[in-house]
Amino acid sequence: MTVEQTTTTPAPPALELAKVVKSFGAVVALRSGTITLEQGSIHALIGENGAGKSTLVKIIAGLYRRDAGTFRLRGEEVDFHSTAQSKAAGIAVIYQEPTLFPDLSVTENIFMGRQPTNRFGRIDRKAMRTEAEEIFARLGVSIDPDRITDGLSIADQQIIEIAKAISLDARVLIMDEPTAALSGVEVERLFAVARSLRDEGRALMFISHRFDEVFALCDTVTVMRDGSYIATEPIAETSVDELVRQMVGRDVAELFPKLPAEIGDDVLVVEGLTRPGVFHDISFTVRAGEIVGLAGLVGAGRSEVARAIFGVDPYSSGSVRVSGTALPKGNPNAAMTRGLALVPEDRRKQGLVLDESVSRNITLAIRSTLTKGGLLTDRAQNTAAAVWASRLEVKTAALDAETGTLSGGNQQKVVLGKWLATEPTVLIVDEPTRGIDVGTKSEVHRLLSVLAQQGIAILMISSELPEVLGMADRVLVMREGSLTGEFPRSEATPEAVMFAATADKEDAK
Amino acid sequence: MTATTAPPAKPAQPGSSAATRIVSHIFKARETGILIALLAVIVVATAVNPNFLFSSDGFRDLLLTPSLLLLVAVGQAIVIITRNVDLSVGSVLGLTAYLTGRLFIDIPGIPVIAVFLAGIAFGAILGLINGALVAFARVPALVITLGTLYIYRGINVAWTGSDRINASDLPAAFRGLGTGQILFIPILTIIAVIVLVMAAWVLRNLRSGREFYAIGSDPDAAHLYGLRVTRRILTAFVLSGALAGLSGVLYAARYGTVSSGAGTGLELQAIGAAVIGGVAISGGVGTVWGAAIGAYLLLTINRALPIVGIQDFWQRAVVGALIIGAIVLDRVLALRQHRKLIEAREDVR
Repeated sequence: MTVEQTTTTPAPPALELAKVVKSFGAVVALRSGTITLEQGSIHALIGENGAGKSTLVKIIAGLYRRDAGTFRLRGEEVDFHSTAQSKAAGIAVIYQEPTLFPDLSVTENIFMGRQPTNRFGRIDRKAMRTEAEEIFARLGVSIDPDRITDGLSIADQQIIEIAKAISLDARVLIMDEPTAALSGVEVERLFAVARSLRDEGRALMFISHRFDEVFALCDTVTVMRDGSYIATEPIAETSVDELVRQMVGRDVAELFPKLPAEIGDDVLVVEGLTRPGVFHDISFTVRAGEIVGLAGLVGAGRSEVARAIFGVDPYSSGSVRVSGTALPKGNPNAAMTRGLALVPEDRRKQGLVLDESVSRNITLAIRSTLTKGGLLTDRAQNTAAAVWASRLEVKTAALDAETGTLSGGNQQKVVLGKWLATEPTVLIVDEPTRGIDVGTKSEVHRLLSVLAQQGIAILMISSELPEVLGMADRVLVMREGSLTGEFPRSEATPEAVMFAATADKEDAK
Repeated sequence: MTATTAPPAKPAQPGSSAATRIVSHIFKARETGILIALLAVIVVATAVNPNFLFSSDGFRDLLLTPSLLLLVAVGQAIVIITRNVDLSVGSVLGLTAYLTGRLFIDIPGIPVIAVFLAGIAFGAILGLINGALVAFARVPALVITLGTLYIYRGINVAWTGSDRINASDLPAAFRGLGTGQILFIPILTIIAVIVLVMAAWVLRNLRSGREFYAIGSDPDAAHLYGLRVTRRILTAFVLSGALAGLSGVLYAARYGTVSSGAGTGLELQAIGAAVIGGVAISGGVGTVWGAAIGAYLLLTINRALPIVGIQDFWQRAVVGALIIGAIVLDRVLALRQHRKLIEAREDVR
């Protein structure tokens, strides 16, 4: 009989987005966001920075409203105006940087806004605390529910976010790059929790840049590129190569135009650099014309090393030499005169004066040389800036336009221009393409390649593995404050670098 | 260094009984320090001049003088906990105090309770204006309430002119509230303490109360949590305005005379009281108990210093030093706690 078949209609997907569009002014952040999360499944969403993943997540979370397209929860159309509505519908989003209340207790953080109350509206603290303990026990973690959340590790903060989701009985759980700042053990713990949530029939979405994690955890994968949906496949039927092709949409060689450069003598020599608790015994060299990639997880201490070399941060022992002469500790001015330049990670905060004009920003580091008789004229600044703006192809309406109005990629070019104007011999770039669209990204890469060709020694810190592997002549890997690997270009495989960046010391032996 | 002291309490002590937890909580509470400071001031002043405490006037003044500031400081503390500030409370008090007098003059025989309700409602409306400007226009509270400080005071001056309310304009039953006592305790103080207890209960036990802390601790996170941030901030300002309004009515009852300058400078005292009492100016931390004790400490020191023989000029400097000292202390404690928490985390690893 076929009666059975008619009664077992398949359960509607937990969440379904189709052809969702979102634009901000003239910029289209999401052209066609499409994804279907099934119950009891972990679905990976991958794509490069700027592919539209975060916009998609924010629409699901109720932070943005879509301009067009359909959004269904368990078969029913929804339209969220606020995060509260999304939450009430059973959606929980765990961001890369958890947003907790630092001054409040762990328990309060889990239940804020919907604490258990008695009939007079009084919060039942005992019940609240007991429930928090139960959730932690279920997750198999030990976090003191009474302590304040200030000072908790990112991993523990994420566990609190997950506890929040469980206490809400969220049916859809979205994790936006949760593993970016976690160690190997912490990732395993998170995965164990994720699997148990999946087995309870919840739908999970997992965003990550790490293919090994995607393959280890997820059963389905959706690829996005430039704000558009590209493909959805069961994880068993795809491969890393195929996913990379779908993500990038072109050959990797095209994205990372590495030009042959003549490699000269040691220019930057770092020996035994140590700052207790931050980094330990860091030694390496960068030669003229060479691009050295510094890979590792967020929080491995890479930026701190760069800042110490440049003299912004202190270090307790070790030495830094540029072209043979030792740099004094903690003196960025001396570093600049010796030909060192640092393009910082957070360009908006550390690299640019956003309210100032493009030309003033470009000439910021060479003001003293442009000053004639104590006067710094706009004309002198504009002339100097024009050279670099045209060489770097900065797209701006005018050189006296406010820098804050430029796109992320063009802002990054302005920062680069500022430091190139000092004619450095060593250029340290920290995450040079973070938050930049794919097109501008390859322009920045081409630029770095050209600079290396001109004999500048480049140290490039990057968390994007393809970028490091595509650009670097040599790859250094840091993990928890120590150098854990060094690979020449020919031996730098994604597996080798990721292993050095994540593996526990015991495993590595 | 710390070898002689008891080992620092571990964050997790599953074995400790509720009683020891309460004791250690009291010892660690920020409010305890300020209470001890207050008692020390009283003891020293009394040792120099026993009348400071052991005369009926002395005892009464000790309780009575800070009562009005206490009410305003409680409202201020709630606003500061949400990471805002209300600079207009002195002007709100002045305006309400004058309104109180006018009501008694213009509507002969108006019931006292009606005047109280009118004063509280009027203060709440002025607070609502502050709150709406802050919450909807998204302009920092410092700027908005600095503006309304002058606007409200300006309205007060225009309305009052050279006129003033005199004690003879007010009914005796009303004036009795400002000076009367029940079992040696001034009625004003009883009202202030009842309000304090209610506010403390709400802040500790109701969702809305906890959300004030959450919003002040991290406004962005509060938004992501889906908390009704706008409504809570509005509520905080309405409460602050209403309490300033209540103090305005009580001001008229206590002093009898109300000119257009009533309550000038009170806002800074209220902020000072809250900060001294451990309410973090950056929001999210502190209790109204702390602010209340802060109010008592601030005004008791003011009365104690002349007795101890310190000149008028230095009295203000002492108050200033107290405020800075409290902020520095809080900062040091916060940094130490932050470091301890991080160290504890590394120990576990």
